[in-house]
Amino acid sequence: MQTPAPFEYDRATSIDQAIGLLEQYGPDTRLVAGGHSLLPMMKLRLAQPGRLVDINDLDDLSYIRQEEAQIAIGSLTRHSELLSSPLLAQHWSIFAEAERVIADPVVRNRGTIGGSLCQGDPAEDLSALVCALRAQLVIRSRGGSRTVEARDFYLGPYETVIGPAEMLTEVRIPIHEGAGSAYEKVERRAGDWAVVAVGCFVKLDADRVLDVGIGLAAVNARGFAAPEAEDRLRGQPATEEQLAAAASLAAQHCRPQADQRGPEDYKRYLVGELTRRALRRAIDRASRGGA
Amino acid sequence: MQVTMRVNGEEVSRDVEPRLLLVHFVRERLGLTGTHWGCDTSNCGTCVLWMDGEPVKSCTVLAAMADGRDIRTVEGLEKGTQLDPVQEGFMREHGLQCGFCTPGMMMTARWLLDHNPDPSEHEIREAISGQICRCTGYENIVRAIRWAAEHPAKEEVAS
Amino acid sequence: MTVTDAAPLSAAGNPIGFGRMLRKEDARFLRGQGNYLDDIQLPGMLHGAILRSPHAHARIISIDTSAAEAHPKVKAVITGAMLEGLKLAWMPTLSQDVQAVLATDKVRFHGQEVAFVVAEDRYSARDALELIVVEYEPLRPVVDARRALEPGAPVIRTDIEGKQDNHIFDWEAGDREATDEVFRRAEVVVAQDMLYPRVHPAPMETCGSIASMDRVTGQLTAWSTTQAPHAHRTLYALVAGIPEHKVRIISPDIGGGFGNKVGIYPGYVLAVVGSIVTGHPVKWVEDRSENLMSTSFARDYHMHGEIAATKSGKILGLRVKVLADHGAFNGTAQPTKFPAGFFHIFPGSYDLEAAHCEVTGVYTNKAPGGVAYACSFRVTEAVYLVERMVEVLADELKMDPADVRRQNLLRPEQFPYMNKTGWEYDSGDYGKTLEVALDKAGYDDLRRRQAEGRARWRAAGGTPEHPEVGGEHLMGIGISFFTEGVGAGPKKHMDILGLGMADGCELRVHPTGKAQLRLSVQTQGQGHETTFAQIVAHELGIPPEDIEVIHGDTDNTPFGLGTYGSRSTPVSGAAAAVVSRRIRDKARIVAAAALECSTDDLEWELGRWKVKGDPEKGKTIQEIAMLAHGTLELPEGVEGHLDASVVYDPPNLTYPYGAYICVVDLDPGTGQIKVDRFIAVDDCGPRINPMIVEGQVHGGLADGVGMALMEVIAFDESGNHLGGSFMDYLLPTSLECPSWELGETVTPSPHHPLGVKGVGESATVGSPPAVVNAVVDALEPFGVRHADMPLTPAQVWLAMRGRPLRTDLAVS
Repeated sequence: MQTPAPFEYDRATSIDQAIGLLEQYGPDTRLVAGGHSLLPMMKLRLAQPGRLVDINDLDDLSYIRQEEAQIAIGSLTRHSELLSSPLLAQHWSIFAEAERVIADPVVRNRGTIGGSLCQGDPAEDLSALVCALRAQLVIRSRGGSRTVEARDFYLGPYETVIGPAEMLTEVRIPIHEGAGSAYEKVERRAGDWAVVAVGCFVKLDADRVLDVGIGLAAVNARGFAAPEAEDRLRGQPATEEQLAAAASLAAQHCRPQADQRGPEDYKRYLVGELTRRALRRAIDRASRGGA
Repeated sequence: MQVTMRVNGEEVSRDVEPRLLLVHFVRERLGLTGTHWGCDTSNCGTCVLWMDGEPVKSCTVLAAMADGRDIRTVEGLEKGTQLDPVQEGFMREHGLQCGFCTPGMMMTARWLLDHNPDPSEHEIREAISGQICRCTGYENIVRAIRWAAEHPAKEEVAS
Repeated sequence: MTVTDAAPLSAAGNPIGFGRMLRKEDARFLRGQGNYLDDIQLPGMLHGAILRSPHAHARIISIDTSAAEAHPKVKAVITGAMLEGLKLAWMPTLSQDVQAVLATDKVRFHGQEVAFVVAEDRYSARDALELIVVEYEPLRPVVDARRALEPGAPVIRTDIEGKQDNHIFDWEAGDREATDEVFRRAEVVVAQDMLYPRVHPAPMETCGSIASMDRVTGQLTAWSTTQAPHAHRTLYALVAGIPEHKVRIISPDIGGGFGNKVGIYPGYVLAVVGSIVTGHPVKWVEDRSENLMSTSFARDYHMHGEIAATKSGKILGLRVKVLADHGAFNGTAQPTKFPAGFFHIFPGSYDLEAAHCEVTGVYTNKAPGGVAYACSFRVTEAVYLVERMVEVLADELKMDPADVRRQNLLRPEQFPYMNKTGWEYDSGDYGKTLEVALDKAGYDDLRRRQAEGRARWRAAGGTPEHPEVGGEHLMGIGISFFTEGVGAGPKKHMDILGLGMADGCELRVHPTGKAQLRLSVQTQGQGHETTFAQIVAHELGIPPEDIEVIHGDTDNTPFGLGTYGSRSTPVSGAAAAVVSRRIRDKARIVAAAALECSTDDLEWELGRWKVKGDPEKGKTIQEIAMLAHGTLELPEGVEGHLDASVVYDPPNLTYPYGAYICVVDLDPGTGQIKVDRFIAVDDCGPRINPMIVEGQVHGGLADGVGMALMEVIAFDESGNHLGGSFMDYLLPTSLECPSWELGETVTPSPHHPLGVKGVGESATVGSPPAVVNAVVDALEPFGVRHADMPLTPAQVWLAMRGRPLRTDLAVS
C-alpha cells in the first residue's frame, strides 16, 4: 500500500496556536482536518509537506448556526453534518442535495467543508455550491480576519487566495427568505467526481427572477460561477424560454476540458441541460415558499 | 511520537512515526488484522473502523490523529462469544464470499443500525455505497443487514 | 437417491448432501480472523517495493541505486542487471513467451518493474524507491492495437532475436470455406465492429507474496496470493531452478481472485530473490495502482463480426475476425493449444450451419495478460460477440430479439451437440430456460410499457435532435443467452505448459468416522470448505461438519492446476465424488467382512451399508471407519484403513447456460443509464449448495454492470495508463446494482458424476451483453445499432449523436 513520506506532526489546541505553527514553520506546513484530500496526495507522494498541523481538536471551528441573515458554518464542519443540518435544510435544500452526491457516507464522516474548499479541486461540489450562493469565506491570520467572496477565493485549479500562515475558519451563507435552490450532478458512478455539476438559487418576485446564483463544477468556470447567465436571467420572467437562454450562456462561457469523464462538447452541453434543470427546480421551490 | 488510544475498550500505547496510517497501526502494531486495506485513495472501504463512534476509512487517518480517541474494529463486534446480529446476519444471508470487504461492511452496518434500526433497502445501499464488494453483487449484504435489523440483540431491545 | 432429493439433516442441522448450508469458512471471516497474505508476519521479515517505469516504451540508459543502498533501513536493491547475472532477468509466461522480471534493455509498458528494494519496513522501502535514479531514452510507443502491425510501427520485442514486427500469432477455428459458402447464399448479411475493452479483475485484496528461503536446507516456502498453488510450485522450480521437492507454496485466505491471481508476477519472483540475497523472509504486496497497472488485465479484443441469415431471421452462419491486444509480453493463462482461449465457442447457443473465426494476437506497449476476470478463457468475449450480433440482426430485420433467439436456439433433441467449431455441448434445454426468463421478466408487458414510453416521448416532441422533453425517460430491454464450456479440461486436449488439467483429490476417513478431504483447487471466496464437504456428505453420509476440507498448501494437498475458468466443481468436484465412491466401495468390503456376508448381499443407503432384506443389520460409515482401522480381518489383498486418492481427468467440459434480461432507464437529457431490473435464469445442473450458487451469480451480475457501464483501462497517446486507481478505474457500488432477480432450470451434465456444471463465471460472462443490449435498445429512437463499452453517460450521449468513442483511447 502507498505510504506518505516522513513529516512532523502537531496537534493544534487553538486557532491561534495553529496559525502560530504555520507562521513558525513556513509554507512547508499544511493543516490537516479530515485528511481526505491531503493524505491520498501524500500517499501518492504528490504532496510532501514537512509538517502537518492537525486541527481536529478545534471544536470551536465546528458549528452551523444562524447569525442574523446569514448561516455561519465553521470550517471544521463535516460533510455529514452539512447533510443532516435542519437549519441548512430549512433555508437551502441545495446543501443536502449536493452533500448526498459528494463522495460516500464514510468519507463524509471525516471530510470537512474547509478542507474541500481549500483543496481547490476544479470538480469540487461544495465550491460550486458556495459560489452559487455567493457565500463569503472568513480567513484568519495572526493579524486578524479578512473576508473574501467565495467567487474570488479561487486563483485556479488547486490554488486559492489563502496565504501560507492563514486559515479558513468560517463560511458565511446568506439567507434569502423564500428563495429556492437545487443541485444537479452527472457522475459516472455514485461517489465519483462530477462530469459536470450545477448548483443554483433563485429568488422570485411574483413570477419574475429577483436574484439568481449559478455555480458550476468541473468545467473551469471562473469563480465556479456563471455570471453571464445570472445577468441574463435577473429581472426576467421565470419562463422556460428565459431559463434556456440563461443556460445556453452558462454553457457558452465555461471552459470544460476533455478527459475520461467526457469530451468538451458533452460537458458544455451538460452545463446547459443541468443549469436548466437546476433552475427549474429552484424556481419550483421558490414558488412554493422556498428552500 | 507516543500515541495512546482506546481500542475495543482497552487502552493501548505505542511509539509511532507521525506518518503511520491508522490501518497499519491496528493491523501491524496491534495485530488486529481483521481491518483490511484495498486501495490507496479512500475508495474501497475495506479499512473501515470506528473512530469516536463513527465509521472512518482508516487508510486515510494517521495513527497520530487517533491519539486520545476511541477505536472500534471488527474484533470488537462480538460480545463474549455472542456474535453481533450483524455478524449473524452476514452468515445467515451469505453476505460474504472472500471475506475481504466484510469487516468494513459490518462496521458500517452496525453504525447504520445503531442510528436507524429499521433501514429501507435504499438506505442500506446508500450507507454502504463507499465500500466495494467484488463477490456478492451487494444483494446478500443488503439482506444480511436487513436480517440484523429484524433480529436485534436482546440488550438492544431492552434499551 | 437422486441429487435433487432433499438431503436429510445432520445433528447440527446441515444437509447431509446437497442443499442450502451456511458456510463453514464464515466463522473466521466474521470475526476478523481470516488469514490473508498481508496478515502474515514472520520473524525477521523484510519488505519489498518495486520501482516502476513512468514510460510506456523507453530505453534504459542507466540506473543509479547508490543513494537507495545508503538508506539506513535498506537491505538490498536489485536491478535487472543483477538478475541477468543470476539468469533470472526473464521468466517464462504461461503462453510460451518470456516476460522481464526487471527490465534490462528497455521498458515496454507504463508501470513495468525496473528495480526492487528490500528494507526493514514497508515505509522505508517506499522511501528508498524515490532515491533510485533511472535515466531513460523515451521511444515511440505502440498504443493502438489496430496500428501495431503497420509497417514502420516500433518493434516492441527487440529482445526476441530477429523479431521485426509486433505479431504474436494467427489462429483460426471453424470451417472457412463452408462459412464463406453460407455467406454467399445468405439473404441477409450484417456486420458490426465491436471492442471488448481492457478491464481488470481488481479483487479487493491485491496480489502479493512472502518468500522465505532457508539457506541451510535449500527449502523455499512462499506464501502467495495464488489461485493455483501447485502450478506455481512447478513454475518456481522452472524459473528459479529450485528443486521442486524443496518448494512449498502456501495459498492463505484469498481476498478474491477472478483470474487476477493465476499467473506468477515479477514481484513474486523478486520476493524470492530478495529472500535469497538477504537471508530473511521478504514480503511484497502490491498497492492498488500496481495491481491495476501491471497485473493481469482482461479482454482487449477488437472484433469484427458478420452474421448471415434468412429474411425470416434464421441464422445461417457467423464469421469473426479478432485483433487481440496481449500487451508487451504474451502472458495469457489458458490451455496451451488455444492461444485465443475458448473464444471459438462464439457460435454460442444457436443452431447454425457454419462458423469461422480468425484471431491475430499483437504486442503493444501495455501490461501483459488478457485472460482473467472470470472470463472462462475468453468465453466472455465470445458470448458478447454473438449476443451483440444477434441483436444487430434483429435490428436489421426489425424483429423482436426474443423471437430471433426462439427461432435459432438449439433444441433439446440436438444434445449432445457438436457445434461448428468443435465443441461438444453436453446437455441443454435452451428454449425452456429462455421462456422462464421471459416470464419472470414479464417480457410482453415490458415491451408494451416501453412502446408507451416511446410514444409519450415522441408526443412530447422527442426527436434525436431534441431528446430532452419534459423529463421523459426511455426504457431499454436487453436479452442475452449464453452457453459456456467450463471445467478444463480433458488432458488429451488441455494442458498448461505441458501440465495436464486433471485434478488430484485425497480423502481420509479417520477411525471415528470424521474425514479430511484434500483438494488441489483453491478457494478465493467460492466456499470450497463447505461445498466440497457437502459432496463427500452426499456420497458417504458423513455429516458435512465432520469433514474438513484442506487446500492451498502444496505440501498437504495432491497436485492439480487450481481454481479458475469455473473448473473447481466440474473437475475437483468430480474428483471428490469419485474418491468418496472409492471409499464407499472399500467400506462395503469392510462391512461385509464385519457382517460375515458377501459384498453382494449389501446395499447402500446414505451413510450405511445394510444387508439386503434385513435392513436392521448393517454398518454405518462411522462404524466401518473404526473397523477398517481396527483388528478386523479383511479379505486377502484388501488393505486396512479408509483412505483413497484419485486423479480425475474429465471426459469433456460441462456446458452451463442461462438466459438474462436487463431493463434499463435512459435519461435522454444527460445520457445517464440506470439498471432498473436484472433477471438471471441459470442452468448449471443440480446445485450442491443453492445459496452459494446464487451468491456466485449475484457477484457476476455486478461485474457485468461494471463492465458495461463504467470499467475500462484506456491509454493516452504516450501510452500512459489512465485507470491506475479506484478513482479512475470505477467499480460498481451498491447503488448501481439493482436487486437481482434469479431463477433456475436444471439440466444435469450427463458425464459429470454429480451432474453438476461450473457456475462461478456464468454471470460475468453472460451479463455484459444483456446490459449493453438494453442500453442499445433504449437508444432505438436514435437509430443506434451499437456502441462500445463502457456506456458512460458521455458514451451514451455520443452514441445518441451517432459518434460513439473508441473507449480504449484517451477521450479527446
